[in-house]
Amino acid sequence: MPEPDAVGHALGIPKGFAKGLGVTLKNLFTPAETVQYPHEKEAVTPRARGVIALKEDNCTVCMLCARQCPDWCIYIEGHKDKEPPRREGGKPRTVSKLDRFDIDYSLCMYCGICVEVCPFDALHWSPEFEYSEPNIADLLHDKVRLGQWEDTVPEAPVLEAGAEAPKGKKK
Amino acid sequence: MSVTEHQKSVYIAGQAADARISFDIEAEGMTLNLGPQHPATHGTLRIVVRLDGEQVIWADPIPGYMHRGYEKLCEVRDYAQVTTLINRIDWLGSFANEVPFILAAEELMGIEAPPRAQYIRTVLFEMARLANVSLFLGDMGVQLGAITPVFYAFRDREFVLNLIESATGGRFHPNFDRIGGLKDDLPKGWIEESKGALERIRSFCDQMEDLLVGNIIFQERTRGIGIIPRDVALDYGMSGANARASGIDWDLRRDEASPLAWKHADWKVFTHPDGDSFARYWVRLQEVRESTRIIEQLLGGLPAGPIRAKVPARIRVPKGEAWVHTENPLGEMGYYVVSDGSPGGPFRCKIRTPSFSNISVVPWLLRGVYVPDVITILASLYFILGDIDR
Amino acid sequence: MSPVAGSVFGIHAAYWNTALLKTLAVLIVAPTGALIIVYVFMFKMMAHMQSRLGPMDVGPHGTLQPVAEAVKWLQKEDVFPARADSRVFALAPLVVLVSTFLIYVVIPVSPRAVAADLDTGVLFALAVSSLSVIGVLMAGWASANKYSLMGALRAAGQLIAYELPLVLAVVGVVMQAGSLNLNTIVLAQAHFKLFGVGGIGFFAIPQFVGLLLFLVAAQAELTQTPFDMPIAESELVAGYLTEYTGFRFLLFFIGEFATAFALAALAATLFLGGWYFPGYGLHWGGLAWGRQLVGPAVLVAKVLIVAFFIFWIRFSFPRFREDQLQAFAWKFLIPLALVNITLTGVLKVAVHA
Repeated sequence: MPEPDAVGHALGIPKGFAKGLGVTLKNLFTPAETVQYPHEKEAVTPRARGVIALKEDNCTVCMLCARQCPDWCIYIEGHKDKEPPRREGGKPRTVSKLDRFDIDYSLCMYCGICVEVCPFDALHWSPEFEYSEPNIADLLHDKVRLGQWEDTVPEAPVLEAGAEAPKGKKK
Repeated sequence: MSVTEHQKSVYIAGQAADARISFDIEAEGMTLNLGPQHPATHGTLRIVVRLDGEQVIWADPIPGYMHRGYEKLCEVRDYAQVTTLINRIDWLGSFANEVPFILAAEELMGIEAPPRAQYIRTVLFEMARLANVSLFLGDMGVQLGAITPVFYAFRDREFVLNLIESATGGRFHPNFDRIGGLKDDLPKGWIEESKGALERIRSFCDQMEDLLVGNIIFQERTRGIGIIPRDVALDYGMSGANARASGIDWDLRRDEASPLAWKHADWKVFTHPDGDSFARYWVRLQEVRESTRIIEQLLGGLPAGPIRAKVPARIRVPKGEAWVHTENPLGEMGYYVVSDGSPGGPFRCKIRTPSFSNISVVPWLLRGVYVPDVITILASLYFILGDIDR
Repeated sequence: MSPVAGSVFGIHAAYWNTALLKTLAVLIVAPTGALIIVYVFMFKMMAHMQSRLGPMDVGPHGTLQPVAEAVKWLQKEDVFPARADSRVFALAPLVVLVSTFLIYVVIPVSPRAVAADLDTGVLFALAVSSLSVIGVLMAGWASANKYSLMGALRAAGQLIAYELPLVLAVVGVVMQAGSLNLNTIVLAQAHFKLFGVGGIGFFAIPQFVGLLLFLVAAQAELTQTPFDMPIAESELVAGYLTEYTGFRFLLFFIGEFATAFALAALAATLFLGGWYFPGYGLHWGGLAWGRQLVGPAVLVAKVLIVAFFIFWIRFSFPRFREDQLQAFAWKFLIPLALVNITLTGVLKVAVHA
């Protein structure tokens, strides 16, 4: 970049100072955009990865989410029950029942692989994030608590123009 | 394999030298430890500096305090898991870390992502650049004593982070790139919202120009400080804005054939002949402005279509090797992915990070430099520890 | 000089009681001034210039935050380096504080209210303000830390270098007013007719060069950006304050901002007219004590204006390197001050001739 001439350079010094001072002065009179949490809350975008909710009815204890989790923070226990056949004269069915489904949020990376990989749409993202605990053991959310998060799961957002409609049941 | 006598003696000499570094008073000069905890190094970088009065005799950066074993991790995780982990290498421009890896996997599988996905990938890549480099523009001010610009940086990049969050779900770690395209399409109103964010970043750049670049004190502190000549920069493998500030006209977005959409936008590469700290700042400032133009053009001409190509549910990458490098916010980042054809993750993944090469110039650069200028130079090189240590 | 007859703010008292009251007044006003400066500028103005809100929780809009800060520092552990020279270590913050409090002694807040109406007021104020250099050197030495000592030596070098522009900037004012007494200087501004118009004769206009020099030198005396290398040096080497924590650090902190208030008050008195504003009666025979309160209010307003500029620059600019800082003082500011003095002298003789 070419250097300005000496006089221009000398005059540029106070001009440079004045411009810099002008920036801070302007910001002094511009209201701050601070959201004073926890007195005020920001609107969180619906896709935000806040917490994972479990729809227990859909879970077939396939263990895919627990296997794919990079942190191994999902603990699943289940058992198989024998149920009567659907029709007369059929074979008894084997149904998997979920005993324990814990997500350890102290380990969770919020990557979403479990939600994506679940073939039965049992896990959903919710933008809720206010669940910090003073005791780290309480960050293990069990089946019941994960089910309670289901109420906070938002609808899939409408997509931008030009996007293809999402196929299947995934958001 | 047994260790040779030579290797043993070298190791012992290194340990002894390390022990001597802890001594305060030496015969000539004073040994000073910058870090690992230090406000000037962006993270846990330890630089041992030997001073003679006010001048540096030698400087030795000792990285590794943040080594997380990424390359080993990549061997024992599968492709989806690796994608989310590598977000955390350069944590400020995190989407940019995923892209070369996914491109390498796509190259091995012979899959091409649809055009809409390539465009949005490029847009998010440039947004990662905005988030990353705008922080640098403010941070350099703080290292030099101007405490206000960094607050503007944080304030204005919030808008970019909000955009990234509304598309991907995560502000810092999007985990959005998938083999064959992207995870989701953009939510409605995203393109409209992006205009506001880009306007904020542009006004932020103007404010930085007024507050810092035009300020004689800033110029006196950065011009002629830490000059890296062109051939030295090439020798040390510097890349990104550091190289362009030394006059090397090299930008992988333009010079490397890439499936991403940079060729569909009209933009310039900025270089500066001086190679000093001011040049590095100036080049990055112009790059941020240029990035906003790229994003605007790409979003204006976004093609319609699917967001992801047809990919089997169980990813199985065939046997082969692929090397993909991209112009990340910090420099040239590349992944050399070796696959042995088995299901699961890569067999081996070598990660080439820009900051590791960029700080290799520090011993050469800091010789004879005065103590207050050490901070200026380190700030202008702009490395991120996650990028150095992986 | 004998105490002025009549009452000060409605209080009649014999000499010794007055001296006690004045001492108490200075001891209360100085930290209060520091707290006001800290809240208005360091918390709120800095916050709003940086697009944020600053403390909002403690007290309405964070007004009690300085009190909370003081309590926080007081309840910290009193750490003492083992090899530190304990007496010097303990005395250093007190030396800095004393040098600041002594400046308050000569600043007039109303026609009759000044702790000590010295004939050499200006000289006294500038002399005691430079005592803080000793405090800084004591702090650096007593910390038993090689880097603290280096930082203290750098700080001392900077403070001494900028003493000269500070003093020389004031010489023009003294020449125009014809006296070193601060009350006389205020009165001179009250009577000064600028281009034949009375009432706006603040020395800021004819002595604008002096005002600029004073502000720049004051910025350096306060080790504020762009002259804060001694404190910011703690990036690389430890500054002289490193070994101080708790109550002692609070004393340094109060000292710094009390000095800011004091130097701003000096600038307001010397250049902006102090407690005087047009219309304020100069006849204090029988001045009701309520009307006497106007003087301090006017002075505080002017102090806030001057401090606004000092802190505005602090938040906007990066810092000089030590050698650039010294070059700026010796090669630019001092010659400029000498030119200013020469011009003032020439013009004074020419206009009066």
